[in-house]
Amino acid sequence: MQEHDLSFVRVEMALAQSAPPSERGLGAWIRKNLIASAGDTILTIIGIVLVAMILPQLISWAFINAQWIGTDRTFCATVAQGGIQPDGWSGACWAFVNAKFGQFMFGRYPIDERWRPILVAILFVALLVPLLIPKVPRKGLNAILFFGALPVFAFILLVGGVFGLPHVETSLWGGLLVTLSLSFVGIAVSLPLGIVLALGRRSKMPIVKMLCVIFIETVRGIPLITVLFMASVMLPLFLPAGVSFDKFLRALIGVSLFAAAYMAEVVRGGLQAIPKGQYEGADSLGLGYWQKMGLIVLPQALKLVIPGIVNTFIGMFKDTSLVSIISMFDLLGVVKQNFSDANWATPQTARSGLVFAAFVFWLFCFGMSRYSMFTERRLDTSYKR
Amino acid sequence: MASQEILREEPSRGSFINDPKVRGIFFQAVVVIVLVALVWWIVQNTIDNLTRLRIASGFGFLRGRAGFDISDSAIAYSSDSTYGRAILVGFINTLIVAGAGIVTATIIGFILGIGRLSHNWLIRKICMVYVEVFRNIPPLLVIFFWYSGVLSVLPPPRESINLPFGSFLNQRGFYFLRPIWGEGSWLILVALLLGIAMAWFVARKARQRQMATGQQFPVFWTSAALIIGLPLLAYALSGFPLSFDYPKQSTFNLTGGFQVKPEFLSLYLALSFYTAAFIAEIVRAGIMGVSKGQTEAAGALGLRPGSILRLVVIPQAMRIVIPPLTSQYLNLTKNSSLAIAIGYPDLTATTGTVLNQTGQAIECVLIMMVVYLALSLLTSVIMNVVNARMALVER
Repeated sequence: MQEHDLSFVRVEMALAQSAPPSERGLGAWIRKNLIASAGDTILTIIGIVLVAMILPQLISWAFINAQWIGTDRTFCATVAQGGIQPDGWSGACWAFVNAKFGQFMFGRYPIDERWRPILVAILFVALLVPLLIPKVPRKGLNAILFFGALPVFAFILLVGGVFGLPHVETSLWGGLLVTLSLSFVGIAVSLPLGIVLALGRRSKMPIVKMLCVIFIETVRGIPLITVLFMASVMLPLFLPAGVSFDKFLRALIGVSLFAAAYMAEVVRGGLQAIPKGQYEGADSLGLGYWQKMGLIVLPQALKLVIPGIVNTFIGMFKDTSLVSIISMFDLLGVVKQNFSDANWATPQTARSGLVFAAFVFWLFCFGMSRYSMFTERRLDTSYKR
Repeated sequence: MASQEILREEPSRGSFINDPKVRGIFFQAVVVIVLVALVWWIVQNTIDNLTRLRIASGFGFLRGRAGFDISDSAIAYSSDSTYGRAILVGFINTLIVAGAGIVTATIIGFILGIGRLSHNWLIRKICMVYVEVFRNIPPLLVIFFWYSGVLSVLPPPRESINLPFGSFLNQRGFYFLRPIWGEGSWLILVALLLGIAMAWFVARKARQRQMATGQQFPVFWTSAALIIGLPLLAYALSGFPLSFDYPKQSTFNLTGGFQVKPEFLSLYLALSFYTAAFIAEIVRAGIMGVSKGQTEAAGALGLRPGSILRLVVIPQAMRIVIPPLTSQYLNLTKNSSLAIAIGYPDLTATTGTVLNQTGQAIECVLIMMVVYLALSLLTSVIMNVVNARMALVER
């Protein structure tokens, strides 16, 4: 046995040291993320040049040089164009957006009746927000009010003709009102219809399956414009003489059927991802077809495809802008219609109006995609390593 | 015994209405009856309506004189041509804009998708902003933006913007030089085809040799020399037959050169920019789908970063990328029908005009549907072939 045991066991922990100076602070971050190598440096320079070319111009156009107030085109035109701005001026004409804001929101909805869409919008937000926040209780009641009561109430209020409310033709509707009501109904119709179509496509009944496949593949193969054309020129031919549809309703049917076909494919993806054992387990418990689907398969399948469903919603929201081609005035249609207003026609008008419309569309779509990411994380019950 | 007797009995089938087979047949019969009734009702109504409106059904109208002009046509067309020819012009225009858009969108999309995974923070953020902006606005709005917001506020022809290579940009579109093929220029084309064929042959041989002996051959440089060198040689040999027609400024307009109309330009740019954002996301997902172990293993084998990307990461990423890429190509083709909003004469626009003039709604919508379905099918078939070549080959 040795007297002096040379083995050494450290008893106390080594103190944590701060990172060396070369790995700390702004300098290290720049070295790591911007100039790691020669190629990286070149890319950074290209990036800086690109940003320097675009960003200052954009900011000066949208904010610094922009004309915020004004009553007609002279405020947004240069002297050479018959306005008050210096020659060579280039800035956004927010005055135009400001003056036409009411139209952009409601179209030609009578000004005295605009409280009706505003009330619907307030109710819509008041019911939607608690529905979206997971912590708020009474989701069932909320959903019934939102999907059941609100549409009926909104329909009565917006169309009018009863309870002393003057009737407002749908041809007078426009702007964001049309965009939102088309998308809301489209979403509310296309999701259940898409689920039914997806179930039909995976059904064991050959005729049902074939019909669903034909419908889905045909609709997915043709552009929405063709579907809208069909809804606007062919539908009247298909109905008995004298029976005519509201144009708004026709567009609604077209958009909903179109979105339902895409939704069906998304849902089918989810259905296919559910292992066979789940179906068999439900069968062995003695559940019927609808119980099996409603209680076991669909809850799992739909959760899997939330991103796809929301992408379809976003796609549909964007697609509602196409109704402007069949001469209905959604947000984009109204904006475009106002370019030809002689009172406001300047080189900057079109740009400003379109940037405003783009911003509104972007806000809704971006919001939807972020919310879907949030939901996806929240519903994720899988084990994470 | 009682129990044995029970065993010998036919197994109880339960009630007749609970038999899934019977139910299936019943439901399908109901569906068929309802459908047939609906179709019959629609057909009856349509026939009634058509006789009331005095429209003769059938495709005979396609031989009638169109009587309208088309601003942009790749084949000979005048207002004296037939309706059928007008629709054909539109179809060709759809193909042109979709083809050009697909190529450009793929290039921009791949650059952006790889850029989103760059180690460089600035590049990553620029690409992210681009993708998030373009993914969330409607394509129609992008088209309008190019058309009304950018191209129509360009200076008039007299103050055209000069661009390199003798090209001009103004309100009426983009003008660039048009090559004039002189006598003997067919030789150049033959040389080009020959060069491509030889390059393909060299690549094949080089691969076989590498498989057999492991020796490599500079395929890229040889192919480049063949494909570029041979036509140049033919150009010199046939006595420089190629000349250019430059656009020239006259008092009111530009003459000569090749003009690209603003309608085409805005549709093409918008479709490319819009679809590129989606392709970027697909490419990013594809590259991220290749597990890190693959890259590390390739590095452990001693491959260089370039070779790792080319030989290991991209072939595997392409497998993930191709199916969604196909559907983006289809979307782009279908979105090209938005041309009607700015007056570019694509299939939807010309067929729509024919529809308005003749009132043959059913036939015209049918033509549109069949053509778009055929295009979708064709694209899917081509991409499926590509996909089959790329797919994982397992033992």
